[in-house]
Parts: sequence; structure tokens; C-alpha cells
Amino acid sequence: MAGRIVALSEAIAAHVRDGDSVALEGFTHLIPHEAGHEIIRQGRRGLTLIRMTPDVIYDQLIGMGCAKRLVFSWGGNPGVGSLHRFRDAIENGWPAALAIEEYSHAAMAAAYAAGAANLPFATLRGFVGTDLPTHNSNVRSVTCPFTGEKLAAVPALRPDVSIVHAQQADRRGNVLIWGIVGVQKEAVLAARRAAIVTVEEVVDELRPPPQAVVIPNWVIAAVCPAPGGARPSYAQGYYPRDNAFYGTWDGIARDRIGFEAWMKANVLEKASVHGTPAKPHV
Amino acid sequence: MSDALAFTNEELMAVEAARQLKGGVVCFVGIGLPSTAANLARLTHAPELVLIYESGTIGAKPTVLPLSIGDGELAETADAVVSVPEIFAYWLQGGRIDVGFLGAAQIDRFANINTTVIGDYDKPKTRLPGAGGAPEIALSAKEVFIILRQNKRAFVDQLDFVTSIGHGTGGIDRARRGVATKGPTRVITDLGVLEPHPETKELTLTQLHPGTTVDQVRAATGWALKVSDSLRMTPAPDVPSLEALRALKRRTAAAHGTASTAS
Repeated sequence: MAGRIVALSEAIAAHVRDGDSVALEGFTHLIPHEAGHEIIRQGRRGLTLIRMTPDVIYDQLIGMGCAKRLVFSWGGNPGVGSLHRFRDAIENGWPAALAIEEYSHAAMAAAYAAGAANLPFATLRGFVGTDLPTHNSNVRSVTCPFTGEKLAAVPALRPDVSIVHAQQADRRGNVLIWGIVGVQKEAVLAARRAAIVTVEEVVDELRPPPQAVVIPNWVIAAVCPAPGGARPSYAQGYYPRDNAFYGTWDGIARDRIGFEAWMKANVLEKASVHGTPAKPHV
Repeated sequence: MSDALAFTNEELMAVEAARQLKGGVVCFVGIGLPSTAANLARLTHAPELVLIYESGTIGAKPTVLPLSIGDGELAETADAVVSVPEIFAYWLQGGRIDVGFLGAAQIDRFANINTTVIGDYDKPKTRLPGAGGAPEIALSAKEVFIILRQNKRAFVDQLDFVTSIGHGTGGIDRARRGVATKGPTRVITDLGVLEPHPETKELTLTQLHPGTTVDQVRAATGWALKVSDSLRMTPAPDVPSLEALRALKRRTAAAHGTASTAS
């Protein structure tokens, strides 16, 4: 049933399969860390991971061997530096070889919008003079039939499964996001098979503040309560970004053994605790 | 703080970059050094400056420097918050940005920039974060400012990878490729300011920071750097700007719980 409120472990088990293309979106804000951890715990393999800004959660998914391919436009630890697990996979093939398909932000944002609109490709004024098309054969061009202008073209993004985190859902599974809304709505609507939304809390009634995004329940396969599920990123109105952790992660991820020990203690041996709906918002 | 009149080249770089942003300009800001300079301008001589971050925040007025491109304070202080597809399609590609303000890992003599990879793409020596918003900022902003520290690792004869176009192969190359915007009009470094030659578009040293020599700048550049016949000396930072910069950095360090800021 659409917009069904279920445990996160149940939603990942039901919808994310080995070999899927999966987009976990959230532009700095509302990054679905808890959902990523659940994918790691369930041991998914061979995923094509899609995300404009792969950061710590994708470093973890890549380092734990979940991914075979990464589609992205900026990969780093914001304000800190490199993603060491991402680099180890690209530079040394550890723990598995990682193919990359690299775009710019403008192109990926347009590709999600095209996916949401059920178009086969997106067009933009982009990529002129860059070396990106040399390494990504999906960056092509199209000629405008009206003006003759040559424009960049990239295929629409249609992830098998899209996963986003939101502040709230109501009891029918309608979802509310406010603050920086990123590309979440487009990612949800571009999903080919299922969209999963983790939420800070389930409330009786949504009261959208100005500039908020509301996503109706009938385009969402599963809504999963996951309070704190965006940590160490932030959830506007709930908790701030844990900037210190992003710095700490640099040290954890630098070393394969330290990384594996941290993942074992903090992800693998920590069962998903987000099985029941949270108490109503006051 | 010690004597406010004593300053570092790092501070002068930020103050000089801020000076170039006039009031009312609409500036698409990269994180790090561009964000420092743009916010300094907004907090001093250009309160009407409109700062746009690619996270979709239009008219952001942060009190501390954002650590990431999508810090909460950007949304809380913005005039409008839009989606990421909208910020790129309607606002950047729509031609509404006066100045695109970029950083870079590598730059060449025609102000093309690399933020993707050092070494071979498939077997990189150093994998950098990648393109982000830069390739289209470089195309669609009416003009582009670039800020980075000057040394031979950054100012190279040949880029390992062109992430974002500056003046291409020089001369009218941008126009020949159908790009109507001006491209990079100045490069601000910790040693001076470089501007493209009006015809060849080759970066030329037009301004030298006090205490720096032309030989030092040449030694920090990986190609035979041309020097303008009318080389100017960068004015020392004024005290209010220096004080505002230091206060901004102090607030930022306190807010983020870090010893230094992300730049």
C-alpha cells in the first residue's frame, strides 16, 4: 500500500535488491544516513549508487563493498577534504573495483528533473570545454530543432529505488520537508520502482512552513520513522549538523582496519532501532 | 589580536577579493575562499550583495562562514530557498548571475580550471571532489572571479584535467564555442591579481601585493608569466575590513568548534 508506515529494515528488505540502482539524496541537509546503514547491515551488493554529493554515507557504503558503480557530480567530505574509502576504491580497487560516471551538478539536477518528468534525457547549456565527456560517454549533445543551438544532453536519472529523509510524515504517509529541499522531490518522483522516505517523526497533521515541499503518500512506497536518521548531517528544526564528526570521519576512514572496526561497532552490531512510529509532534 | 595594521597575505587576498564585489551584484558563491571573500564584502562595503549558494539559497546572509554548501544558516537567512534543479536552471542558466566566484585546485594560463583529478583520470595520483557546480557557473555567470593560493602545483603549464572552461585556448576561443559570457575576468591570489590580456586572454600579472616581488610571483607560476606594463600595487587592507575578517573567522571557529575555517 502506498505511503505505508513500516520499519526501515522491512522497507529496505522489501525494495532494495542486489544489483539495483539506488539514489540516496539530500543536499548537505537531511542525508539519509540511517537508511544507508540499513542497506549495509542487510549486505546488499553490486549497487549502482547515485548521488549528486557522495559524502560520508557513500564512503561507508563503498568501503563496505555495497557498490560497483557510482554516479555523482561532487565527491568529498564537505569542509574537511577527501573521502578516503571512495579514493581507495577508485585508486586501489578496495574492497571492490568502483566504476564512476561523473557529471556536473547542473546536469545531475536536470537529469533527476527529466526522470521525474518521464523524459528520456535532460538538456542544458553545459560541459562546454570540459574533459568530462571524454570520460563519460553519457555526456552528449543535442541540437535545438527551433534555433539550431547545440545543447548538452544527459540521460534521465531513473533509479530503481530512491531514498530520502524528511522531517515529518502524517499518519497517512504524506511527507513534509523544509529548509534546504535539495533534489529530494525530483529523486522521489524519478524512482522507477520504489521511493522510501525516512522521517524524524510521524505527526497527526502536517503544517508546512513557507517554501516547504510536501510529497503525497501515493508516490511513496514506504515511510519509515527514523528519528536522528540524518545524523551526522542535520535536520532543520530538529538537530544541527555534527561538524566535529565530519572531521573525525577523516581519521576513521583513512585506514582500512580502523574503518572496518568502526563500522562493526557503530553500524553492523547496532540493530536498526527505528521500528515504531515516534510520538506526535507538539 | 595584535596590531590591526599588520596583516598576512592570506588576509590581503580575502580583502582584495571582497573589494571587487560591489553592492547590488548577484554572486554565485563557491564554498571556501570565495565564500569568505563574498561574505566579507557583504559585511563591509556591500551590504546589498546578493549571495547565492548552489544548495538553493538566494540572498543568504550567514553570520558565520558555512562549513558546507548547505549549512542550515544559509536557508534560515535567505530571501528565498529553491530546489537544486531550480537554482541551476532558472537562476544560473537563466542568466541572473552577475559574478560566479570559484576556487580551483589547478589553473592554467587561460584560466581554465581543474577540480577533478591530479594525474591520470583512470589511475589518479590524487582524486579531487570533481565538478560540482563549476562547469556551468563558468559558462552561465556573466563573469567569473577565481580565488586560489599561488604556487607551482596550482598554477600549471598544462592542466591534468579541464573541469571548467576559462578562456579555452585563448583569444576568441570562448566565443568560437558559442559561449557569450565573459568568463574569468580576474584571478585573486595570495601574491597578487592576474587578469586576462584583452586580446590573447592570457593571464597577466596586473597587481602585486605589498611585500611581494614579481620574481616571487614568477617562481610560483608554472609558465612564463607575463607582467603588465602598468603593474599596480594592491592597497593594504583597511582596518575595518581586517577587523571584520578576523571577527568573521573568530565567530566561524567558535560556531563550528574548529580551530580554523573551511577554506
